[in-house]
Amino acid sequence: MSKPKIATCWLDGCSGCHMSFLDMDEFLVEFAQKVDVVWGPTVDPKEYPKDVDVCIIEGAVSSDEDLHKLEMIRSRTKILVSLGDCAVTGNVPGMRNALKVPQLFERAYVENAAVNKRAPNWGVPKHLPTARPLHEHVKIDAWIPGCPPPAKAIHFAVTELLAGRIPDSTEYTRFGK
Amino acid sequence: MAATPVSTEVVTLKLNDRDVSATRGQTILEVAREQGMEIPTLCFLEGLTPWGACRLCMIELKGSPKLLPACTTKAAEGMEIVLDSDRLKKYRKMILELLFAERNHVCAVCVSNGRCELQDLAQKNGVTHVRFPYRYAKYEVDSTHDLFRLDHNRCIMCTRCVRVCHEIEGAHVWDLKGRGIETEVVADNNLPWGQSESCTRCGKCIHACPVGALVEKTTAVNEMKKRSGFLPYLTTMRENRP
Repeated sequence: MSKPKIATCWLDGCSGCHMSFLDMDEFLVEFAQKVDVVWGPTVDPKEYPKDVDVCIIEGAVSSDEDLHKLEMIRSRTKILVSLGDCAVTGNVPGMRNALKVPQLFERAYVENAAVNKRAPNWGVPKHLPTARPLHEHVKIDAWIPGCPPPAKAIHFAVTELLAGRIPDSTEYTRFGK
Repeated sequence: MAATPVSTEVVTLKLNDRDVSATRGQTILEVAREQGMEIPTLCFLEGLTPWGACRLCMIELKGSPKLLPACTTKAAEGMEIVLDSDRLKKYRKMILELLFAERNHVCAVCVSNGRCELQDLAQKNGVTHVRFPYRYAKYEVDSTHDLFRLDHNRCIMCTRCVRVCHEIEGAHVWDLKGRGIETEVVADNNLPWGQSESCTRCGKCIHACPVGALVEKTTAVNEMKKRSGFLPYLTTMRENRP
């Protein structure tokens, strides 16, 4: 039997959730023996495979690139897990949502800039009007809230997933944990 | 307020199939908590008049088509009450999710993170995500007071601040303006809090607030420690005053 194919993805977040994933320490050795990590910031492949079993996603959906990636992942993955408050609630990336995008750019790149006062206008993804949680765009199968979720919450969720169950992580984590 | 005469009349009723006795006049919430049976609440705070606003404590009464708030429903002889049916759990979860969707409770950057009643209840009631679209509406933060801060983004309209200021401190700084989703807590006649002449700077509202809406300045993320244990004591003192 082939090993389950796992991917991780980093959208609009600070990578703290991936750091918390790495905080599982010695379990990572066991994890690496049980699964194939086929795509994500910790491995090299550039192309997302067509038949991934589980993808664990960090970060909110903030740009057209995030949305495109999320929709592509959804179409090629059996189980999608929202990891961390940005993916689950919008969290800090969502704090810009009361501003319109041009106002946001003015604030970030002009008002608060010391030099080179202008917003980048090429080579970067286009902002969506609001940064939103993953499940407002695609079907999500499990949620692990927390900022970042503690390593033991991720450990629990991954162990449940490997046992073929959908994890309910409320015992281990909450919003803001 | 005159001292309330102590009632000695006892009624018996059923809570989740358990026979319990209560003093007439006690609420279902009081009886349940005496029995160690948990009912979630947000707007209720021991020592203040029950308000029945948050709807988390709704219970089922046999023979009644409506759900009733445990905090304002008085125990009566022969009542058969269910505290935690699947239907009630479903509604409680939904109420908590709607509170999160309504304003901007960004727990990760809140001074009350880790000591917040809304956050705790979300976890206890199995809220792993919010199924309703977030509104992301713009709300003001009033930092005009020299000691305290009011963050409307995090207010859940429980009115504990309104009641503690009116009933315990006797200053009645806080009120509500607007209706429905537009409702907001206001100081005096909608003045910036720092300009309020009625505020005695006592800080009771800070400690009555279940979330991170009313907080002390100088606190950073996770630092706001609230204590409301003094309230039942103050209420008892007032009621027993000659």
